[in-house]
Amino acid sequence: MKAAEAIVKFLKEEGVDTVFGYPGGYIINVYEALRKSGIRHILVRQESAAAHSANGYARVSGKTGVCISTSGPGATNLITGIATAYMDSIPLVVITGQVPSSMIGRDVFQEADITGATESFTKYNYLVKDANDLPQIFREAFHIASTGRPGPVLIDIPNDIQTEDIQYYYPETVHINGYKPTVKGHMGQIKRALKAIVESEKPLILAGGGVNLARAQDELLTFSEKSGIPVVHTLMGKGAFPSNHPHYVGMIGTHGFSYANEAVKMADLVIFIGARIADRAAGGTQIMPENMKIVHIDVDPAEIGKIVGTHIPLVGDLREILRDMNGMITPKDTSKWLETLKSLKTEETYRTGSLVNPKKAIRLLSKKLSDTAIMVADVGQNLFWAARNFEDLPGRKFMTSGGMGTMGYGIPAAVGAKIAAPERQVIAVTGDGGFQMSMNELGTIAANNLDLKIVLFNNSNLGMVREMQKKVFGHTSQTALIGNPDFQMLAKAYGISGIRVQSDDELESAFDQALNHRGPFLVECIVDPDESTL
Amino acid sequence: MERHVLSVLVENQSGVLSRVSGLFSRRGYNIESLSVGVTEDPGVSRMTIVVDGDSYILEQIKKQLNKLIDVIKVIELDKNKSVFRELMLIKVNARENTRASIIEIVDIFRASVVDVSTETLTIELTGDEDKIEAFVNLMKPYGIREIVRTGLTALERGSKEIKSYKKYEED
Repeated sequence: MKAAEAIVKFLKEEGVDTVFGYPGGYIINVYEALRKSGIRHILVRQESAAAHSANGYARVSGKTGVCISTSGPGATNLITGIATAYMDSIPLVVITGQVPSSMIGRDVFQEADITGATESFTKYNYLVKDANDLPQIFREAFHIASTGRPGPVLIDIPNDIQTEDIQYYYPETVHINGYKPTVKGHMGQIKRALKAIVESEKPLILAGGGVNLARAQDELLTFSEKSGIPVVHTLMGKGAFPSNHPHYVGMIGTHGFSYANEAVKMADLVIFIGARIADRAAGGTQIMPENMKIVHIDVDPAEIGKIVGTHIPLVGDLREILRDMNGMITPKDTSKWLETLKSLKTEETYRTGSLVNPKKAIRLLSKKLSDTAIMVADVGQNLFWAARNFEDLPGRKFMTSGGMGTMGYGIPAAVGAKIAAPERQVIAVTGDGGFQMSMNELGTIAANNLDLKIVLFNNSNLGMVREMQKKVFGHTSQTALIGNPDFQMLAKAYGISGIRVQSDDELESAFDQALNHRGPFLVECIVDPDESTL
Repeated sequence: MERHVLSVLVENQSGVLSRVSGLFSRRGYNIESLSVGVTEDPGVSRMTIVVDGDSYILEQIKKQLNKLIDVIKVIELDKNKSVFRELMLIKVNARENTRASIIEIVDIFRASVVDVSTETLTIELTGDEDKIEAFVNLMKPYGIREIVRTGLTALERGSKEIKSYKKYEED
């Protein structure tokens, strides 16, 4: 069998039904096999969108996302998307074409050392040197991408190898000497953690993106309910715990809620669950082992103690560990502590101006969305307007590029989300900056008639940078997006309907119109550039 | 800052060295020396890495190394329980009037002369760092032309093998 055909068959073996990609000279053999395979191929308009869409697809479907590009510029365009997936631990298998084996290293047309370039932000990568290694490599790649702490794995395949004849087989099992992620938590450590809970007076759960990745939301809910422990979360941990639950406190971090940060400061025991506690999350919380007892539960041992010291490390799959803990936990009376936390909570007040208040807009939209809606936020002010006002009802999903903070992530990731779950409402929230980094994907949306809604907060500025400049330098520079197009006309050019909203009063009917419309829809909200992030 | 010697089992395939050395430079860890060679199992190589760092850095290095898919095992070698060796080739000025005295030092160090020319001697010396440093100091007065060193390589004393250590998980 031709190696290219085998490659496509491996994808089928792995249950892949959709791939995102962009063809080119050194990947056409795989594309030819793909054409005959029945696997759905979503043609994006630039390769980085292929990685972002595969990312969104993976996060919603729970499967490994797959994206494909050609060598050289195709591969290097993928880089931002790969790094974005790496920082957020999203399982991807990235397939790139490469120049023929005999040409490698000679700087020939469209040659780029993509395995070298992506070494530091892929979980693993392969440059295929022998077509007979392909079965093993694909089996390993999917295994590595999806197990332990997930992440992107890249397979670079020279053109000549794609056309070689190989004996088809697909390995049943995979054995990698140096890769055996811990699944079960250490029982001794679990007991220590439970004892710390018993001894604490003001325990707090700090949930991170790992809970969503491990699909351990139900286990976390049981853990909190059984133990009586309230929950704060990071940006990536949004959705890990329902925001309408009495144990829910809120989002922490530099862009979180001050009362949630306050809760962390007051706690005498903090249980990190799948959270890295990177700079943005830890900001404003004074998380320090001197101030509180810290239990850190994570699948990746390297995260434990990396940023914050830990008293009780606990390594393993969050679902397994929480299940074990749920079976042994003794209920705790935390009513006084919950009361205290409740008293900290303040209702957000909104500034009312003549233009659209984006915070109010998301809050209103959130009320209108279904219980299974998916909101994908881009990066910038729009992200925090969305994150702080979208309610995490059980069954809903919120996602963004939390680690990398990649502008232009929102729309292609929403494309992937919609393709993974066509029956769910998908909303992409973006600003006019991020929108213009990915607006070419309107083509992908139109071509596939994807019924997703885009909420574009247009302040004709790079709002977050502008806000920062004003704060730091007292003036702004290079942040006004002079020359912005008429976004409604732009959407129309792609055959996409939309509406421009100039004031809060028009929001209700605009959202109704968008949600009732079958097919893609652009709601453009005109926002005051002085609107604050928080 | 303390000096630590790590012994690392890795898959013997291309890209491993780049992954390991890339990890050190990327994360800002100081690497003093790195030597690598194949082991009793042709599919496995062993690296000896000498690093500088406090206990936090060392912990991070071990964890990050363990995270690499190609890394099979990482152990730290205790100076008192291990044999540390390095090989040096050194070319020194040696004319008729100095050759004999250099050879005398070579004998004391149990080094060996591997090449002679009318102007130089090339000497091979194996030993731990202190021995090598001492030898280099003694050669200085004669005029050192060139030095090449393999970097430290090390093995634990006694019957214990690296494979008998558990895979690193949590401390």
